Amino acid sequence: MTESDLIPSIPAEEGERRERRANSSLGALWDLLDAVKDPEVPAVSLWEMGILQDLEMDGDKVVVTITPTYSGCPAMTVMAEDVVAELARAGYRSEVVSRLSPAWSTAWISAEAQAKLRASGIAPPGHGRGTEDVEVLCPRCSSPEVKRLSEFGTTACKALYQCLACGEPFDHFKPI
Amino acid sequence: MSVSKDEIKQYAIRLADDAVVLGHRLSEWCSFGPFLEEDLALTNVALDFIGRARMFYSYAAELADDGSTEDTYAFTRDNREFTNLLIHELNNGDFAFTMARQYFIDVYSLAYMEALQKSSDATLAAIADKAVKESRYHLRRSHDWMLRLGDGTEESRRRMQEAVENLWGYVPELFEMDELEQALAQAGIGVDAAALSDDWYATVRATLAEATLEEPAGDWSVRGGRQGIHTEALGHMLSDMQFVQRAYPGLQW
Repeated sequence: MTESDLIPSIPAEEGERRERRANSSLGALWDLLDAVKDPEVPAVSLWEMGILQDLEMDGDKVVVTITPTYSGCPAMTVMAEDVVAELARAGYRSEVVSRLSPAWSTAWISAEAQAKLRASGIAPPGHGRGTEDVEVLCPRCSSPEVKRLSEFGTTACKALYQCLACGEPFDHFKPI
Repeated sequence: MSVSKDEIKQYAIRLADDAVVLGHRLSEWCSFGPFLEEDLALTNVALDFIGRARMFYSYAAELADDGSTEDTYAFTRDNREFTNLLIHELNNGDFAFTMARQYFIDVYSLAYMEALQKSSDATLAAIADKAVKESRYHLRRSHDWMLRLGDGTEESRRRMQEAVENLWGYVPELFEMDELEQALAQAGIGVDAAALSDDWYATVRATLAEATLEEPAGDWSVRGGRQGIHTEALGHMLSDMQFVQRAYPGLQW
């Protein structure tokens, strides 16, 4: 393991996303949307997943920019509906727009959020971006002795693994 | 050399047609996979292709600006209006055929989308950025299956060899460029598919050898998809895929 694995650096576009939130005049709305979780991974919010990209006011309407994770992710529609519903509960009219570029990457998922994934039984993607083999640890017993059962698991974003030490079958969030 | 909006629209529809037709074919495996994990994998890959189709169709609709939507293109056009390359529409056959087809397309699609990432058209490049990441995982899996089935049992090898033979003649079409695609490639918008041919054959030949499979003779080939001339398989597939919108035009989910 090299130092860069231990101290994850943040990709430039992720740094910009965090700055957009930090410098936004709509801080209360960003905070409100922390309640909107990923419907397929309810341990983490859309913000933590790197899906929630930007908030702007257009007159009295909130325009929410999100980025799709996988091209065919069926959860994207639900996410957009959940965002609109959450803002409506607080009395805001809103519209969700989708932005393709820069393409979503699991490298945007913060270290804290990766820990939440692990706690919910999902081996996190780490900070890489591609199919090159990453070390996958069992989220239950932390053993590195694991076997990939299938390239695709319960959703397109995950692969199915089994721990050879404790026997636990688990999902691994694939780095992309 | 400049190209018109309409030409870019036609190009986006071609790429969408490839993706929607293969996505639908893969979805036909749902609940028929050889085992549960593979069933999930096939349908997840199907979702990626349908998602890719939605992005290309939506862009085409935006360029058309005539009230068309992604659904207009997918569900209300006829057989002859579909412009997918023929390999995508072939019946699934057995699992070996489906995986060999997938492997051939994954090798092609990854190289194609990597080239499209450099398109001067920002939307096409953005869609390609997403597609490339997914294609890498598709390819890793389909490549594994080529080896497992090719270098497997006597029966799995026989089936995989037969699949490769039956697919080989659909490959040359992948690298053919008509006037539209030549113009788009010259303008820096579209991909020069002909330039991908040598690498494709080199990669696939190496995999065939590793999988103990023989390269087919290559004494036949068919083409016509980009011009709307299809095999008998597509019409049957569309009658299934488009049934709801044909029976209840404009129905909203």
